[in-house]
Amino acid sequence: MEGLERIVKEHPFFAGMKDEYTNLIAGCAKNVRFEAGQFVFHEGEPADQFYLLRSGRVALQISAPERVLTIQTVGESEIVGASWLVPPYRWGMDAKALELTRAISMDAACLRGKCEDDHSLGYELMKRFMPILIQRLQASRLQILDVYGAHS
Amino acid sequence: MALTAETPRIVADPMVPRVGRIRKRVRELSDVWTLTVEMDEPFAFAPGQFNMLTAFGVGEAAISISGDPARPGEGLIHTIRDVGPVSHALSHLEPGDYIGVRGPYGAGWPVEVAEHCDVVILAGGLGLAPLRPLIYEVLSGRKKYGKVALLFGARTPTDLLFRPELEQWRRRLDVDIHVTVDTSTEDWYGNVGVVTTLVPRAAFDPQHTIAYVCGPEIMMRFGAAALRDKGVPDEAMYLSMERNMKCGIGLCGHCQIGTVFVCRDGPVFRNDKLRPLMSVKEL
Ligand SMILES: Cc1cc2nc3c(=O)[nH]c(=O)nc-3n(C[C@H](O)[C@H](O)[C@H](O)COP(=O)(O)OP(=O)(O)OC[C@H]3O[C@@H](n4cnc5c(N)ncnc54)[C@H](O)[C@@H]3O)c2cc1C
Ligand code: FES
Repeated sequence: MEGLERIVKEHPFFAGMKDEYTNLIAGCAKNVRFEAGQFVFHEGEPADQFYLLRSGRVALQISAPERVLTIQTVGESEIVGASWLVPPYRWGMDAKALELTRAISMDAACLRGKCEDDHSLGYELMKRFMPILIQRLQASRLQILDVYGAHS
Repeated sequence: MALTAETPRIVADPMVPRVGRIRKRVRELSDVWTLTVEMDEPFAFAPGQFNMLTAFGVGEAAISISGDPARPGEGLIHTIRDVGPVSHALSHLEPGDYIGVRGPYGAGWPVEVAEHCDVVILAGGLGLAPLRPLIYEVLSGRKKYGKVALLFGARTPTDLLFRPELEQWRRRLDVDIHVTVDTSTEDWYGNVGVVTTLVPRAAFDPQHTIAYVCGPEIMMRFGAAALRDKGVPDEAMYLSMERNMKCGIGLCGHCQIGTVFVCRDGPVFRNDKLRPLMSVKEL
């Protein structure tokens, strides 16, 4: 447990967070690993975890008829999964490990419960999630703009 | 006979192209070719400069030089994307064909300002071509710089320019290379995401970094913003602008943005100078 608390505390996502909170969060955490090619989660499944990557790389994918489109890859020190934050808590896409990936898996129900009990903790977490969500929204806009297209 | 004020002199007309011959034509991507041009005389240029290339009977276009300034014997190298009549005609010239060349023009990448600093080269799509001479120069004088990062984004894996060379650079242990594509299918194991997502992943000291950015204008704007978010000041970023050009030498005004002529004052600009010009919506 002590090891997990240290791992949580040292992950860049929690940089600067009070020990009191990282200790609480570590109570919802466990270490996981995914082999190359293994799915982290599938579209439509309950979003009952989210992942802080420690090493490796994960592809976020959408399956279309006869092809699988990779929308984004996420690497070391980054997070995978935001659907656990908002109802109906279901994954909007697939996530697949591209290489051996080590991560901290967070139990979403446990974390949501702790945030309900202590809104300051919830706010601390939101402050960390929101910039990532905004960056990803911005990136999606750029993807839609297709800046390398023939008429850019 | 001594020259007097009245003595007629033959002055080379800057609007008349020199004639070169295509030595080699290589297909890089489905719509992009690299031409090697043989010139009669040595052709010196600085990284980031461009030439006005003429496809005789069709027209002229500004094209950056994409070869190595330290290896003039290689010929004059340009990488061209077939987007319209002139670029189509140029990119379809065959070995032995004639081509018109005016240049080199413009202010290129200031390489010397990066000495003793970290270097970030941020390229999008065909923007890697004008940056390649700079990359050659930085790599050949590698010891003069701190960390060197090359961040390159393209639309899909099949749109990655100079892929064999990227792989060669990646094998060096002294360059941090990150490549990404906007979207891909499952057969690509590299990064997926827009090029701006690479900026936080690269290792460099933002306060002691010089960044060189080239690509489509929107990509450069967001790329510069990502660098700024990481702490690189506008004074340490250089961007290469593309504007329609006619004369290439500051005479016609075709390439004007606000008070500057891209052909003469650029195409490479420091971002603190460029940003106020670009924020004017109606030019
Ligand atoms: C300083 C400078 C350096 C340049 N360097 C290069 C280079 O190294 N390689 C290169 O291929 N081009 C380069 N260009 C762009 C090149 O000059 C134009 O692509 C060319 O003028 C197109 O002429 P065209 O007659 O073939 O097409 P046009 O008839 O002028 O254009 C046809 C269509 O293509 C679009 N288009 C024009 N230019 C581009 C572009 N760059 N990208 C995407 N769509 C475009 C137009 O909006 C139009 O819809 C450079 C331009 C400048 C100003
Ligand atoms: S192209 Fe004529 S002034 Fe720049």
